[in-house]
Amino acid sequence: MIEIGHFAAFLAFAASLFQSWYGLRGHRNMAASGAYAALLLMALAFSFLVVAFIQSDFSVKLVGDHSHTLKPLFYKIAGTWGNHEGSMALWCLVTIGFAVGGALRLKTGRAVFEAKAIGVQGVIATGSLAYLLFASNPFLRLNPAPLQGSGLNPVLQDPALAIHPPMLYLGYVGFSFVFALAAAGLLQGRVDRNWARAVRPFVLAAWVPLTLGIALGSYWAYYELGWGGWWFWDPVENASLMPWLIGTALLHSIIVTEKRGGFAAWTVLLAVLAFCFSILGAFLVRSGILTSVHAFAIDPLRGSLLLGGLLAYGGAALALFAWRAPALKGGPDWQMISREGALMLNNLVFAVATATVLLGTMFPLLAEMTGRQMSVGVPYFNATFVPIMAGLLVALPLVQAWSWGRAIPKYIWKRSVIIGAVAGVLILFALGFGGLPLGAALGVALGVWLLYGAGSELLRRAITPSRIFKLPARVWGMSLAHAGIGLFVIGAVVETSARYEQTLALTAGQSANLAGWEITLEGVETSEGPNWYSDRGILIASKGASKAILRPETRYYPAAQMPTTETAIHKTAFGDLYAALGDRRSVDGVTRWTFRVYFNPLIDLIFLGTLLMALGGCFAIFGKKVRIAEEASHLPEGQLPEEDVPEDKPIITAGAPASVVEVEE
Amino acid sequence: MVAFAGLLLLAAAGLAFMALRQSANLFYTPTALAERGGPEAGLAGKIGGFVEVGSLVYTQGSEFTFRVVDDAHSIEVEYDGIAPALFQEGAGVVAEGEFNVEGRFVASRLLAKHDENYVPRELANVESPDT
Repeated sequence: MIEIGHFAAFLAFAASLFQSWYGLRGHRNMAASGAYAALLLMALAFSFLVVAFIQSDFSVKLVGDHSHTLKPLFYKIAGTWGNHEGSMALWCLVTIGFAVGGALRLKTGRAVFEAKAIGVQGVIATGSLAYLLFASNPFLRLNPAPLQGSGLNPVLQDPALAIHPPMLYLGYVGFSFVFALAAAGLLQGRVDRNWARAVRPFVLAAWVPLTLGIALGSYWAYYELGWGGWWFWDPVENASLMPWLIGTALLHSIIVTEKRGGFAAWTVLLAVLAFCFSILGAFLVRSGILTSVHAFAIDPLRGSLLLGGLLAYGGAALALFAWRAPALKGGPDWQMISREGALMLNNLVFAVATATVLLGTMFPLLAEMTGRQMSVGVPYFNATFVPIMAGLLVALPLVQAWSWGRAIPKYIWKRSVIIGAVAGVLILFALGFGGLPLGAALGVALGVWLLYGAGSELLRRAITPSRIFKLPARVWGMSLAHAGIGLFVIGAVVETSARYEQTLALTAGQSANLAGWEITLEGVETSEGPNWYSDRGILIASKGASKAILRPETRYYPAAQMPTTETAIHKTAFGDLYAALGDRRSVDGVTRWTFRVYFNPLIDLIFLGTLLMALGGCFAIFGKKVRIAEEASHLPEGQLPEEDVPEDKPIITAGAPASVVEVEE
Repeated sequence: MVAFAGLLLLAAAGLAFMALRQSANLFYTPTALAERGGPEAGLAGKIGGFVEVGSLVYTQGSEFTFRVVDDAHSIEVEYDGIAPALFQEGAGVVAEGEFNVEGRFVASRLLAKHDENYVPRELANVESPDT
């Protein structure tokens, strides 16, 4: 049956070609039909693949290599994309999905522009499908079929990891459509306020899942790897962080393009770069250049093809940019102390921070070409990325109140003095009360400062507190996201600087102390699951009146012949008590089990803050949708709403009085 | 504006340069280390090779020691923590840490093979002692 899927994928390839051809020639309806057909066909192809995994059809090579009859159903399904070929199939599906999303949701009234965007997305889908069908085909048979599959990498048999790849792909591929919209804008020579208004929701639609995908990966690393930490500056993590940073810069610069018509060329460049970094991420992770659980494809051909794709698409886009960008119009003039200046500062810092991460990630690869083996570790990123971003975050609550064009200094000073006083008190409080080291106290103060900034911005825009819930969704989105950063900073700083960790070697009945907890080993038992068996330690932890039982495990998966660590986490209001089981050691006739025990203070704030950022992004999407639909509804197809947004007047948000939305000091 | 951007870039480049000088970890095999004239106290980086058979000694506590060997030389390593899943005598290992005054490598992190197909990247060219 998989042949039907294989055939459907070929037809999807043809449909994408059709979509590209008609799209680039400006036929919106034809291009959209191509996209719909491609989506139907690719969905069909993908479902045949999923069915083969569910049925454990080992005559399909991919299933034989990566699945097992004993695997729970959920992981059989997730196993479809838990390998290189299957994940590329998902990539293609999502790429086509975004073209259809564009065909359905784009209502700018500029039919030719929309057609070209769908067309460019078609070109990307065609390239991805060609790579899928000719270099990493998931639909191949294996003859004779094996009686049993070789299982999925058991480290990946985990709920967070089942959702993490699709989320990341939504993000990466989402930026491919933003790229398509930028390319179409360049081809048309029009990157103006209406362009930005149409594109912004798609930037968010990529940014939100990318944020969630990174957070899920980080959370997985926290509880599955048993190393206690949540971010290791691993090249694979950096590969997903770089498009996120550029995407975040884009999210801010496009506001200037939307509201003032400014930064047009820069916004387009960021859109191009966000996609380039997404492919670079895929290349780094998939080519086998880096060794990690992600390196499915240790195949030089695939690596070179991905690199070729990166150079071809990225190069073409940059050439198009160099050719067309000089013709783009700028917005009205502005001074350094203005909303434009503040957002420019944001963009500069994000770009520079991305460059430092890129340097740290690529440096070992470059050094290796000169014959030296080296690695760039956490200290590098702590010394570069962290202070650069901290500088921006200190400025955020101050500069977010600056108005368009030119901010009035009097109000700035008043605000700065109040805020400086607040910050000073916070730092003193954190130092004295928390007993934290200076760097950590500053970090906590910065986090509280950001929370304060997010709240005060809402109040400032509402003018009177009673109107705070009448503010547009995108204002709420912005403040939620900024508050999320605040929570994240507090969690990250406290967790990193005040974490307790210790390795314990205990005999049954023996106790040890960590961070005020008394930890006693009751014993180690064996247990069994559907496709694994395990050693499970039983630790009794008590602190005052509170008591917890931790059961960290080491699981052995006979099918894959490898063990995994299952950590045990006891949540308290102030952080996680966290234990991982180590090895069994016999010394002088005494048997001890080793445990790595951590107390990770306030770690939940890290994930909560990230969720809040993503939630803020969702608010910002929904705030937009209504308005686009309303404004586009009275425009006949094909008519260009060239003059519908006066260049020098604020846009009035539907449903809210102008005074609420755009009032500045 | 341009001046400000230039300043920011310059500052970042300076930071990155300093940080790279201080924290880029070189990788040594036992032989490479011997060719270098041995380690001095405080030398930080990564070392890699194979866990010498018979060298793994556990203490009463959570620490243990072992020797990392290639075809010609060896390095004494101590580590306080949980060994990675596939860490065993004769297997490949990469250790991150620094040398102490006694010339012993104090590891802060050990990396062993993840699974049968995965060899730490640094070990691809290291000669095993039994070849």
